[in-house]
Amino acid sequence: MKEHLPPGISIAKSENLEEWQMDIRVLDENPLYQNQVYRLKFTFSSKYPIEPPEVQFIELPSTSETPRPIPIHPHIYSNGIICLDLLSSAGWSPVQTVESVCMSIQSMLTANTRDERPPGDSDFVSYNRRRPRDINFFYDDDNV
Amino acid sequence: MESDDDFMSVASSGDDFLDTQASDDESLGEDFGDDFDGGFSKDKDIVATSRKPYEVEFKVLSPDDIDRDQNQQINEVSSILSLPPESSAILLRYGRWNREKLIEGYMDHPEETLEEAGLGTNFEGTPKTEVIPGFVCDICCEDGDNLETYAMRCGHRFCVDCYRHYLAQKIRGEGEAARIECPGDGCNMIVDSKSLSLLVTPALKDRYYTLLQRTYVDDKENLKWCPAPNCEYAVDCSVKQRDLRRIVPTVQCNCKHHFCFGCTLNDHQPAPCQLVKMWLKKCEDDSETANWISANTKECPRCHSTIEKNGGCNHMTCRKCKHEFCWMCMGLWSEHGTSWYNCNRYEEKSGSEARTAQAKSRASLERYLHYYNRYANHEQSAKLDKDLYLKTEKKMTSLQSQSGLSWIEVQFLDTASQALQQCRQTLKWTYAFAYYLARNNLTEIFEDNQKDLELAVENLSEMFEKPVPELANLKVDILDKTAYCNKRRVILLSDTAENLKNGEWSFNVEW
Repeated sequence: MKEHLPPGISIAKSENLEEWQMDIRVLDENPLYQNQVYRLKFTFSSKYPIEPPEVQFIELPSTSETPRPIPIHPHIYSNGIICLDLLSSAGWSPVQTVESVCMSIQSMLTANTRDERPPGDSDFVSYNRRRPRDINFFYDDDNV
Repeated sequence: MESDDDFMSVASSGDDFLDTQASDDESLGEDFGDDFDGGFSKDKDIVATSRKPYEVEFKVLSPDDIDRDQNQQINEVSSILSLPPESSAILLRYGRWNREKLIEGYMDHPEETLEEAGLGTNFEGTPKTEVIPGFVCDICCEDGDNLETYAMRCGHRFCVDCYRHYLAQKIRGEGEAARIECPGDGCNMIVDSKSLSLLVTPALKDRYYTLLQRTYVDDKENLKWCPAPNCEYAVDCSVKQRDLRRIVPTVQCNCKHHFCFGCTLNDHQPAPCQLVKMWLKKCEDDSETANWISANTKECPRCHSTIEKNGGCNHMTCRKCKHEFCWMCMGLWSEHGTSWYNCNRYEEKSGSEARTAQAKSRASLERYLHYYNRYANHEQSAKLDKDLYLKTEKKMTSLQSQSGLSWIEVQFLDTASQALQQCRQTLKWTYAFAYYLARNNLTEIFEDNQKDLELAVENLSEMFEKPVPELANLKVDILDKTAYCNKRRVILLSDTAENLKNGEWSFNVEW
């Protein structure tokens, strides 16, 4: 897989089959994400790929060797949780792969022009203790 | 109710153009041996004489009835549209069993409708699994030579193992049935029952059909499951959501459970669903807390925050608004001068105003508690009566041996106990209802009816506490009192239901 990954996507960690980490960056000129690399964490359940993996952005401090911020996006909470239909059990298809999910998220960033967090971000981030898969996101805006 | 008639006439004009479906409702009615057919408004005027104003028309459906009902609709649509039954079933589930709209939609745009419902245009043929040379499963990347594979008409092919896992996850894990899509990415093709039967284990198939049947009842506005535990009947009633302001549709399932068709809570006549909801919410927040507040606290004269004084002097500073006042007289602290620990300023103006405002808010709380206590009392008494009822069974047996009465002859106790339960249930809700009523002449009649029923109920309830040997002699008396209770209940419910239907009640809240 390593050899023919699409541009802008690379494996950061894949030691076991429970958790992988991927680095992605945006390929076009979108000023929101220029010169930044972002880290995605994939957590696989025993039912993967019938069930979707749990995917979220994780942050590495700007002082570390490989700083990884949480990208700004109206569907990405500042704790890294992503509101994406594809990752819910309703929107998931077992045909999806780590690569295809990365590409979807990459294009989700590329297409975005809004420099904002989802509505209610601070409340969500401070009160949410659930895992992403247990949250019923309300996909209110399909345009972004 | 005018709008209802309009609706019926629209529906019947649809019938003219497809006359096969008109027979459906009627033949169903015959099947169940009922003398009325589906239409609520249609025969209301004809049958109304035999029905009390607070009763609604309904019928109870067994799982078999539901199955048959469902299959009949599927077969009809199937013959009208000349589609195979599986496809019609998917179409109907997609269209939430709104047959007229579905047929119309299909007639106008067959291709689009099929596409949206998750059916490709080519839906003939029997599904079967195949071994395809050189095939690699997109899910598990398996590529064995004898790999059994399956694809629906959309052509997305996966190995049978993956397909099975996927379906099992959807059915067992997610409780999906009617809207399971092809595992392929972005493919909206719905997995039909034929494909499903081919792939899953019999146990899972049963589960699938149970879930499917559930969606049928859930999708249809005129059907609801009986909420009693382990009851598998559904009730068919044509009362619409919008009718609930004017009617309290209590139905009785074959399992003897009485419930409201509008909100599926236990029978709450005479109070309408919306008021019941408000009342329950209020009781959830208030009740016991309110009691305690009333007894132990005062309110800040400025911001009305509730304050408990748990020690210290009379100089109060409200935590919320920083208002300084005297706990004893509720007047401004600044007017107190130096008479700090001993308030003697009762007649001062600022204090008396604060006390009036407070009295008002206490009065509203007390009004609530008046109704709540009576509501709760009947709830509690009903429970106690129920305990007594369990004892009656024992009593009945001992009566038989002691007084030589036969089993049939002691059934009056059972009848009396059931009447008692039902009347208490009604009484309980009259108090919730009364809480939201604005006073006028009608409420006086209502309260008289309430009082009469209450008296009758207490008289009957008392009978149950008599020692067993006396019960045999009291049989006639108990029978009389039971009949009287039932009569008072009918009077009260009829009166409230009539007024509700005609919009005569005025309420002290918006709902």
